[in-house]
Amino acid sequence: MGKKKKCALAVIMEDAGIEIDGQVESDTESEEDEAKEKTPKRKPRREAVRPNRLKREKQQKDKEEDESKEEDNGPRQNRASKRKKHQRKNSDGKKTEEGVSHKRERDKKAPNKEQKDSENKEKKTNKEKGKERENKEKKERKNSTPSTTSSSSDEESLSEEELAMLMEQVEQKKKLISTMRNKPWRMVKKLSMLREAQAFVEKFEGALGKGKGKKLYAYKIMMAKKWVKFKRDFANFKTQCIPWEMKIKEVESHFGSSVASYFIFLRWMYGVNLVLFGLIFGLVIIPEVLMGMPYGSMPRKTVPRAEQATAMDFSVLWDFEGYIKYSALFYGYYNNQRTIGWLKYRLPMAYFMVGISIFGYSLMVVIRSMARNANESTGEGDDENFTFSWKMFTSWDYLIGNPETADNKFASITTSFKESIVDEQESNKDENIHLRRFLRVLANVLIICCLCGSGYLIYFVVKRSQTFSKMQNIGWYERNEVEIVMSLLGMFCPPLFETIAALENYHPRIGLKWQLGRIFALFLGNLYTFLLALMDDVNEKLAEEDVLRNITHWTLLNHYNSSVGNGSTATPPPLDPADVPRGPCWETTVGIEFVRLTVSDILVTYVTILVGDFIRACFVRFVNYCWCWDLEAGFPSYAEFDISGNVLGLVFNQGMIWMGTFYAPGLVGINVLRLLTSMYFQCWAVMSSNVPHERVFKASKSNNFYMGLLLLILFLSLLPVAYTIMSLPPSFDCGPFSGKKRMYEVIQETIELDFPLFVAKIFSYVANPGLIIPAVLLMVLAIYYLNAVSEAYQRANAELKKKMQMLREEEKNKRNNKATTNSAMQDLEDLFKPSMKSESHPKHVEDKKTEPPNKTSPVGKQGKAAAEDGSPINSRRGAVLTPPLRMLVTQPPTPGIRAPYPGQPRPGAYPEGPVPWRGRGQPRYPHAAP
Amino acid sequence: MGNKQTIFTDEQLDAYQDCTFFTRKEILRMTHQKGMPFPCPKLHGRYHEMAPNVVPMDYTKDPDVKLPMQLIINMPELKENPFKERIVESFSEDGEGSLSFNDFVDMFSVLSEMAPRELKAIYAFKIYDFNTDNFICKSDLEKTLNKLTREELTAEEITLVCEKVIEEADMDGDGKLGFADFENMISKAPDFLSTFHIRI
Repeated sequence: MGKKKKCALAVIMEDAGIEIDGQVESDTESEEDEAKEKTPKRKPRREAVRPNRLKREKQQKDKEEDESKEEDNGPRQNRASKRKKHQRKNSDGKKTEEGVSHKRERDKKAPNKEQKDSENKEKKTNKEKGKERENKEKKERKNSTPSTTSSSSDEESLSEEELAMLMEQVEQKKKLISTMRNKPWRMVKKLSMLREAQAFVEKFEGALGKGKGKKLYAYKIMMAKKWVKFKRDFANFKTQCIPWEMKIKEVESHFGSSVASYFIFLRWMYGVNLVLFGLIFGLVIIPEVLMGMPYGSMPRKTVPRAEQATAMDFSVLWDFEGYIKYSALFYGYYNNQRTIGWLKYRLPMAYFMVGISIFGYSLMVVIRSMARNANESTGEGDDENFTFSWKMFTSWDYLIGNPETADNKFASITTSFKESIVDEQESNKDENIHLRRFLRVLANVLIICCLCGSGYLIYFVVKRSQTFSKMQNIGWYERNEVEIVMSLLGMFCPPLFETIAALENYHPRIGLKWQLGRIFALFLGNLYTFLLALMDDVNEKLAEEDVLRNITHWTLLNHYNSSVGNGSTATPPPLDPADVPRGPCWETTVGIEFVRLTVSDILVTYVTILVGDFIRACFVRFVNYCWCWDLEAGFPSYAEFDISGNVLGLVFNQGMIWMGTFYAPGLVGINVLRLLTSMYFQCWAVMSSNVPHERVFKASKSNNFYMGLLLLILFLSLLPVAYTIMSLPPSFDCGPFSGKKRMYEVIQETIELDFPLFVAKIFSYVANPGLIIPAVLLMVLAIYYLNAVSEAYQRANAELKKKMQMLREEEKNKRNNKATTNSAMQDLEDLFKPSMKSESHPKHVEDKKTEPPNKTSPVGKQGKAAAEDGSPINSRRGAVLTPPLRMLVTQPPTPGIRAPYPGQPRPGAYPEGPVPWRGRGQPRYPHAAP
Repeated sequence: MGNKQTIFTDEQLDAYQDCTFFTRKEILRMTHQKGMPFPCPKLHGRYHEMAPNVVPMDYTKDPDVKLPMQLIINMPELKENPFKERIVESFSEDGEGSLSFNDFVDMFSVLSEMAPRELKAIYAFKIYDFNTDNFICKSDLEKTLNKLTREELTAEEITLVCEKVIEEADMDGDGKLGFADFENMISKAPDFLSTFHIRI
């Protein structure tokens, strides 16, 4: 091996992260020399095998010494590289257990080899060694007998069979070397075994050919390491990219996954709203601001003269009137010009399409997320088998080194245990099933009564308000009756429902779902009244518009006529846009309503949190020092986090956003801000002023229930928007669709004007009811089919689960009957062995095997261990962990049958069999005798 | 580099590389430790740093030096770990918690990222086997649970959890977990590998 080559190898290895110490380089030359010497050195020794037995023995000793010397200062580098090669060779399909079993097999099969090998290195003289030496010598003799006369090398002298055996052993040793790190041995043992195996391989290496591809191996190793590192970094990066992950984890660790599920839902909503925001701002608002006609150029883009004086007042702006009303945030600001700017951007078309695609995108995202959650929840079937065990043994993260993180982790582990305990207690609760059923039915009846009552109340109040609105000079209460009733219902019904739900005694997770569903139903009434009021408003505005349209027309005509009448031939000076009388623009009104509602909702939520949670917590915390009773444990106490209320608030708020966005494009921006702030605000509030629930429960794995509510709200909010688009005429003087009979005509217009004729034709064919009805039919059929298929799969799944469960039981039984000794088990025992210098000796395995009395007398062993070691602790340990005792434990305890330990008096057990000194009439038990 | 003071001979480094999951580079990574005039190997540096007066800088002669548990468990890597005493005890040769350098290397090798599941499982079993009777019995489970939750669960809850664990994982029905039970359970755990791992 030339120096050049070696240096190249060193460079590669350095690249691979296998740095080579400076010493190696300095040693290289001497190593080379030695490597050169190695061959000639060996040959004479091997040639020296002579028929004379005595002489041969002497020679043998010399050889041993030589070899051991060679080992000590031999060419390590060379050997290391050789080892690399073997590792590469054997890297495929090696397993620890396999290695262990191999080793054991080998130990049994050819102890001679082992011993010989170990002897080569460690010069210890004891009796066994002497025996082994004899064995070895016999073997040597056998090896050399066929070629006593020849003076050739050992390898040639070996027969084919023996050569094969040797090669196999070398292979095994190499395997051992490459899997050494996987062995659960003490380091000392590992080191000595390694040295031994290396020596063996070194010695008999010559029999095998040398492999190539060290470079490739080094390269491969390097790439593997880089890849692992890259993957780890990427995973870290990915988790860092998830916003608020740490915040939510912290909340989860203290309040449980149910509270965290709300925050996860909030985060998801934020993501969806960001996309909606991007769509609307990118495709509607920004083009309008950049390329549309500027403010003040048209009547719809100008504040009317009557309002101009107060248009900048804060109180007006706060009501979203004045300048805000006439801005790009609302529907009315947009012009009906077909294209704007030098890009010929079709703004009305874009407005319509964005309005539609917001719903399309939301539907798609909600449904996709639901489907994925459903997949995940069915994907992990084997999960329930080891819930507690895994929590117990794998929940602590050994990487944690920071006290705060550790505190959080302790809290989260405790919480998760409590969650599982609640689940567990729920599942094996034995109870009066009939009483429970009766109570549940009763509770549902009560709640349905409540819901019906409040529904009727709402209906009644709304009816009354319609008659009130026709009357003149009505009082404050009559005007605000609907709102008052609604907020009273919203205040008192949820606690009432909760009280009734206590009757049902559901698991808190299921209880939460029921509670959510019931409050949802209640809030639907809220929505209904709101929409009803809005529709009344719109109809009123529409009627007003008809009148105004004529007035506007006449005003413009008069203006024109007057200028004509004045005799001026030039074009009349245009009427100032602020002076033009204009319609009520119901779309903007609706938009403003939604914006107002959203903003007041935000304020109410935040104020509630501040007062209800924070002030209360402060009060309880600080007034507690000087109060009659314990405030913390008693009446006011700290607030719990209201999951159902918060989730429903979020869901209904999102419904408002979906409904309102078509009329107020800026609404999504407000909502994004709201979600962002409430994430921080609520996280802070929860951590600072709330206490965990009394029964911390685990959220369902998928928050599909929340998603289901969201889907329902999405559908409900789609209806009014679709209704206005399809069947209400847009205002005549504001918004992108002014001048059209219906809003959707913008599509037809685009198709007719901008697309070639045949597209219009195709479109008209497609819109034909004769095509649509079959398409709908086809879809229904497809749904039916897919539903059937999924049901079949579910059945199969359940069947498989049952089978797996049965298999598991069977396995349990089998293991029960079978008392096999695991090889890994034995290694474990080795580990528990007290540390003795002799243990580092690789022969101790055989030592143990050749000691028959150990098998039956753990006491003897214990004594021996104690005698050998002297340390009392070690002897105790040794006694506890010796294999015989394990047998004793695993076997059924039958102390009576077991023979007494030699040298020990029989323990106070009852003697069995005939007792010689027991005569007739004597009591059986001597100590029971009088 | 050759003229620098060497802590390990090449053979030792090679042997360590074969016996652990550390690469040469990791064993030899030059880090400037505080208060040390010259760069020293990482693992050895960490070991040395705990008791600079006891641990020699020259390991070529295999000196017989052990550090007591009290020093080891104050390492930042172990300090917060509820099982730190058990970890150190499991890896110490005398079972009492004093670690020689070999044990020290062994410990971080087993707990390193590259160690296979089977090896980790064996040592995890040892760690959770508090009374070292080769079985994880109820008292071991109780201890584990108390350490994990800082004794915040009530007695009934602890009993319930321990019973559940045994019911789940005990395959041979002897009321305690042998290694086979433990391995069977842990081999299916999704995050055992990611949590049973210390980076040094």
